[in-house]
Amino acid sequence: MMTQKFTSPILEARNLNLYYGQKKVVKNLNMKIAKKTVTAMIGPSGCGKSTILRSFNRMNDFIDSFSHEGEILFEGSDIYHSKIDVTEFRRRIGMVFQKPNPFSSSIAKNITWGPKINGYKGDFNELIETSLRKASLWDEVKDKLNDSGLALSGGQQQRLCIARAVAMDPEVILMDEPCSALDPASTLAIEDLIHDLKEHYTIVIVTHNMQQAARVSEYTAFMYNGDLVEFGPTTKLFSTPDEKLTRDYIVGRFG
Amino acid sequence: MNPIDGTLDSQSNPAAVAGNTQPEPVIRNPLFQNPIARRVLKERIFYGAILAATVLALGFLFYLLFSIGSQGWEHLSWDFFTNFPSRFPRKAGFKSAIYGTAWLGGLTLFFSVSLGVGAALYLQELSNRNRFTNWIEISIATLAGVPSIIYGMLGLGIFVRFMGLGRSVLAGALTLSLLIIPVIIIASREALKSVPDNMRMAAFALGATKWQTVRDHVLPAAVPGIATGVILAMARAMGEAAPLILLGALTYVAFVPESPMDSFTAMPIQIFNWTSRPQEAFHNLASTGIIVLLGFLMICNSLAIVIRMRWGRKP
Repeated sequence: MMTQKFTSPILEARNLNLYYGQKKVVKNLNMKIAKKTVTAMIGPSGCGKSTILRSFNRMNDFIDSFSHEGEILFEGSDIYHSKIDVTEFRRRIGMVFQKPNPFSSSIAKNITWGPKINGYKGDFNELIETSLRKASLWDEVKDKLNDSGLALSGGQQQRLCIARAVAMDPEVILMDEPCSALDPASTLAIEDLIHDLKEHYTIVIVTHNMQQAARVSEYTAFMYNGDLVEFGPTTKLFSTPDEKLTRDYIVGRFG
Repeated sequence: MNPIDGTLDSQSNPAAVAGNTQPEPVIRNPLFQNPIARRVLKERIFYGAILAATVLALGFLFYLLFSIGSQGWEHLSWDFFTNFPSRFPRKAGFKSAIYGTAWLGGLTLFFSVSLGVGAALYLQELSNRNRFTNWIEISIATLAGVPSIIYGMLGLGIFVRFMGLGRSVLAGALTLSLLIIPVIIIASREALKSVPDNMRMAAFALGATKWQTVRDHVLPAAVPGIATGVILAMARAMGEAAPLILLGALTYVAFVPESPMDSFTAMPIQIFNWTSRPQEAFHNLASTGIIVLLGFLMICNSLAIVIRMRWGRKP
């Protein structure tokens, strides 16, 4: 079903099983994410889509009961390999969370903190401007870079979080329902931003909103109860899905 | 009353027919027999009870302050702060006790904060939960409830005798530090716990190590809570007499400590000493000492409030 984009995927799950304690939340997942595409993951609550997203940058490591089987390959190497430096590959795989979570420091420091602790040697003022421009926030905040990040509106805070992720020059940006805490206008701004960002970055977005998945993504994965039911080009999945379950979900028969 | 839906109908309510200006309330569902009068009564009784408790507690406090103030105010003069204790009540002052408490306070603050906050950071942020940390946790909670006199015995055994520090300010400060470290650990852990997890996640997702995350985001956010806990614990330590007396702190000191190895007295010890004298004048001096000690503790607590309000306002 896939084009040659998938011959060298940036992220790949191979026979991946994810557990919380004894409970298997993701079952035998095989999935490839192509470079510089937007991949949406949809499915009802508890289907495992956020768990997969968080395992792509090993954020599940902080959950005591979490365990995994199988492999997740980033640029061909297993991210759970014992020799891998977690902090280095988290720099290359950025994340935007469900609830905007800027640091309680200034807007400028929100951008520079990550690069600084990762030993960035470039010009920080330039980095602040380019990152904020990429997140289409520069014009709104250029005169108050020293104000607290928490003083911004919810939508601006989320774009600040995107700018913070972009400042790390990542290859992949994972977005975990980035608009669910935002109003419609801010949601639209973030969706436009995703369109711009995919020129440079690979984006994986988990969303509850199927219209959003249809609007922003090129590929969509439909998860149900820990299984990857269907994965393909968004236009196909939303118009002529192969599986009955997918069709039922996207017309709103359940979930 | 309409038996089916429970609404009042005018036929069965003569007051409504007569055009009474105060119609009875309409009860829509007979299953909700809202006993409003009884609920209001209960609320008033409860309110009265907690008000009485507050007034009683404040009453005792004010009585204490008043009796101390009336006995102690006449000695409250500049001389009281600059004179050493004396056999003659008129000449006796608090200088060595104030200096002793200042020395104790400085050293205790240093030891207890560095060890207490460090331990809290380890337990709350850096360690993984296992049997060892569980055991530490239980031990700390137990230690927080151990009477201070026991710490005095411990200090006498370890610092004064075994480590050979003698009856020095240093031995006293180490003993008081042991006394309040459990409290500081518990307060600091609560402060760290209240820092939202999404702050940590944001930092980790940027490739931060645990230490970088804690140093730059978690600890600064927890400072107000930690400072409050530390200052309250310090206030307790500065008010302790029993462990210091057991350690062998002197009760008559006519000099100020000049190094951590000097012997010392402290405000509570001097107060204890004065109250145990037979002469009435010394009892009044003790009251003056209490006024100074209370003033010192009040300054400590105000400091805690200021730190809590000021910190974190800056971007």
